[in-house]
Amino acid sequence: MTTRREAIKTAARLLVLTPAAVAYFERPTSADAPAESKYDMAKHWWAMSIDIEKCIGCGNCVRGCANENAVPRGYFRTWVERYQAPAYPDEDHPEVDSPDGAFNGFPEKKKDNAKSFFVPKLCNQCAHSPCVQVCPVGATFETPDGLVLVDQTYCLGCRYCVQACPYGCRYIHPEKQTVDKCTFCYHRISKGLVTACVEVCPTGARTLADLKDPKDPIHAFLRDNPVQVLKPHMATGAKVYYKSLDESVR
Amino acid sequence: MEPVTKLVEGFMYPNEVELQWSILIVLYPYITGLVAGAFILASLERVFRVEAVKPTYRLALLTALAFLLVAPLPLQLHLGHPERSFEMFLTPHRSSAMAMFGFVYLWYLAAVLVMEIWLDFRKDIVLLSRTAPSAMRWIYKLLTLGSQNISERSLQIDDRVGYIVTVVGIPSAFLLHGYVGFIFGSVKANPWWSTPLMPIVFLFSAISSGISVVLLIYMAATRLRRQALDMRCLDTMGSYLFYLFVIDFTLEMVDLTHRIYEAGESFQSLDFMVHSRLYFSHIVVQIVLGTLVPLALLGSAQLWRMSEARRKSVYALSGLLIMTGIFAMRWNVVIGGQLFSKSFLGYTTYKLEFATREGLLAAILLMILPFIILWALVKLLPPWTTLAHEAAGGRDGGNT
Amino acid sequence: MKEAVHLVRLAALFAAGFVAFLVIRQMVVPAGFGKYGHFRAGALDDIRARPISYAGHGTCEACHDDQHNVLAKGKHAQVSCEACHGPQNRHAEEPDKVKPVLPDTRVLCASCHESNSAKPKKFPQVVASDHSGGEPCKSCHVPHNPKLSTEKGQ
Ligand code: HEC
Ligand code: HEC
Ligand code: HEC
Ligand code: HEC
Repeated sequence: MTTRREAIKTAARLLVLTPAAVAYFERPTSADAPAESKYDMAKHWWAMSIDIEKCIGCGNCVRGCANENAVPRGYFRTWVERYQAPAYPDEDHPEVDSPDGAFNGFPEKKKDNAKSFFVPKLCNQCAHSPCVQVCPVGATFETPDGLVLVDQTYCLGCRYCVQACPYGCRYIHPEKQTVDKCTFCYHRISKGLVTACVEVCPTGARTLADLKDPKDPIHAFLRDNPVQVLKPHMATGAKVYYKSLDESVR
Repeated sequence: MEPVTKLVEGFMYPNEVELQWSILIVLYPYITGLVAGAFILASLERVFRVEAVKPTYRLALLTALAFLLVAPLPLQLHLGHPERSFEMFLTPHRSSAMAMFGFVYLWYLAAVLVMEIWLDFRKDIVLLSRTAPSAMRWIYKLLTLGSQNISERSLQIDDRVGYIVTVVGIPSAFLLHGYVGFIFGSVKANPWWSTPLMPIVFLFSAISSGISVVLLIYMAATRLRRQALDMRCLDTMGSYLFYLFVIDFTLEMVDLTHRIYEAGESFQSLDFMVHSRLYFSHIVVQIVLGTLVPLALLGSAQLWRMSEARRKSVYALSGLLIMTGIFAMRWNVVIGGQLFSKSFLGYTTYKLEFATREGLLAAILLMILPFIILWALVKLLPPWTTLAHEAAGGRDGGNT
Repeated sequence: MKEAVHLVRLAALFAAGFVAFLVIRQMVVPAGFGKYGHFRAGALDDIRARPISYAGHGTCEACHDDQHNVLAKGKHAQVSCEACHGPQNRHAEEPDKVKPVLPDTRVLCASCHESNSAKPKKFPQVVASDHSGGEPCKSCHVPHNPKLSTEKGQ
């Protein structure tokens, strides 16, 4: 096979075919593709599962994310919220806080007779992203493997996407003056690692998932648990799935 | 960090504490609104043949151009990377309202306004290119595009083409400003913005503010030129202003009633905001001072006979109030839409800075700039019909 | 037509502007734009090429199977090395040059175990000041296997 192709190639050169024809014969085939492009976007569809009952609000994810991605202090690609939903008649007024995005965890704050829990948040990597929809230039985009990313060299800093994100996941990087957000640690997951927040989460509250992988535990997770996404009425196609998400969470 | 967190009441998502769109983005719909309004006023005369407003026709066109030239500046100043803004034309994202606005703007600037003004002033330009002092003459020569033809026939053609341009221009003006409304109205994440009425409300408030600004400029310019005001023109503008403003007010009330009646998930949060942080700018300035008072003033001018002097002051005062009220409306939309958390659990504060890139000073300068441009435009192309004729007789038209 | 020469010139001006725009556009739009969607394809590689700070527990275990074996037997089995030791990719690449600073257990253990009413009830929590009285946790617990050190011999 190879020898035959080799022969055709030489013949083509000898026959002084047009450069286009030579290029055609010399086009890269999958066999001789360079090693670093092993990551195949078509084979992945990234998502995340979050089990609220496991989150201990330690803030490891927030610090881990900031370390991994050089997130400027005061801005957050991921953060943790504490909900304290009181009983009737105040059930409509949950008390929520996130001191410094939970960078240093949460100081104890007792609230009697309240349902209390932590909610980790990050970009939902929406499949129908409102933020991508409004970007005027194609600086933020949906990738074939299901992520929403930002091209830092192309962003104008118009902030329209920040307004369009229903979840508050975007910020303007104070030095770069471009928009910044969670990338699901694309530089890690494309090398076979998990995201930094998942790596350092001590309780397994967060799990990175690949929906295109039939063996991924996400399928059992989605099948066996009642699961919800944030603000489902926004119809954003959010791909961060929460187990045990309380009604009071916004 | 400390002072910032103090501005927050309740809970905001941590990235929300900082406001994204400043007073400059308030100016942007305000200025484009003035453009659209001034143009619609001009087309009243041309397409709908409202002869009475003729004295303001050319002035309205030049006003529209002056403001349109300034309209993109607040956006540019606000961008993190203004040097990349041309990407909006190179790789426009078709689903983005903002990207498409760039094209609507260009279309309106080049194909409608510049063309209409050029056609309308061409005779004056040609005449001035013969008579103006030497330095200016070159500018006029350039503007004639090397054609000195002002024969009866060519002017007829100009008039015909100009008419077509105006007819195309009206929907374009609607598009221009309706589109600005759409930029806000289409953000589904923000319940304060997200309503299909937004483009229409923006449009009618734009027309009202545009008519007001031309009315005020006309009154001021006539006084500066020591000429008599054309009362018939003023009365007509006053009545149009009244009717359009009634429509604008109705639309806003429809929107408000709808929100109050539906009382969706965001209602409590927005209601609280209107009664606290936005009370002054929304209730006091926008609704009472900026809407009810001018409506009462203009309405009484319609209902009762008033002396000329009193009508003049009624129109001037209403014009000023309407412009203030509509500025407040833009403010309440743009700033108000960012004061509450998208979690509906808290509120932040907008701190207006002074001498920063997006501060008050920049905003004031940007609001003065269109008037300087207008002044230059008026010097270059005197819109006063009488003077243009005098210029034809050999006098220097630029010397008013 | 003669009467409309100026209009033709105006049209030509617009046409020239449009052509200039098209030419500039051709030259300036970055290569690879639109390959996978409305964006610069190279941005994907740029983002993938960012440096890593957390090596991942698989990497640590390759050299530190002692610690790994201890860890795997205890209650901290599911806690990854870098959750306690911080980002150690540079150490994993050059273990001789970059030596991790060992964490202070008074701070470290409390960051997860300090009791908090919003934590899941079944998560083991202590009020550190009562529980240890300011003593480092490691004087009674083994960090890698948090059972009491005294139990070790048993
Ligand atoms: C290439 C092999 C290698 C890898 C991979 C590696 N280490 Fe090490 N590590 C060493 C060596 C060798 C030492 C001993 C250095 C010394 O004692 O001077 C060490 C020492 C340490 C120490 C103790 C330092 C001290 O003061 O005693 C810690 C903690 C540590 N490693 C953590 C990690 C973590 C966490 C990882 C995973 C990210 C990791 N190591 C990956 C080789 C490795
Ligand atoms: C629960 C937190 C925690 C986890 C998880 C953890 N360590 Fe440690 N590790 C510590 C602490 C605390 C010390 C310091 C003990 C001391 O000061 O004596 C330590 C010390 C070490 C040392 C120094 C030698 C020693 O054994 O005391 C090495 C090497 C080490 N860890 C490697 C690892 C590796 C590799 C992993 C993952 C397989 C790991 N650690 C997981 C908390 C942890
Ligand atoms: C990054 C978070 C984290 C840190 C830091 C950490 N732990 Fe833990 N610890 C855990 C988790 C998770 C468990 C398992 C809880 C479970 O099984 O439900 C655990 C379990 C334990 C247990 C077992 C409790 C039981 O029910 O038997 C003890 C004791 C303990 N840790 C002590 C320590 C000590 C001492 C340190 C400091 C060296 C420490 N932990 C640091 C997360 C942490
Ligand atoms: C003086 C020795 C001592 C010190 C110091 C100490 N512990 Fe303990 N710890 C114990 C003993 C003994 C137990 C088991 C008794 C029990 O279950 O109540 C225990 C149990 C625990 C448990 C499990 C509690 C449960 O509910 O299962 C945790 C978590 C824990 N310790 C964390 C810590 C932390 C964090 C520190 C450091 C701030 C620390 N310990 C310091 C002696 C100590």
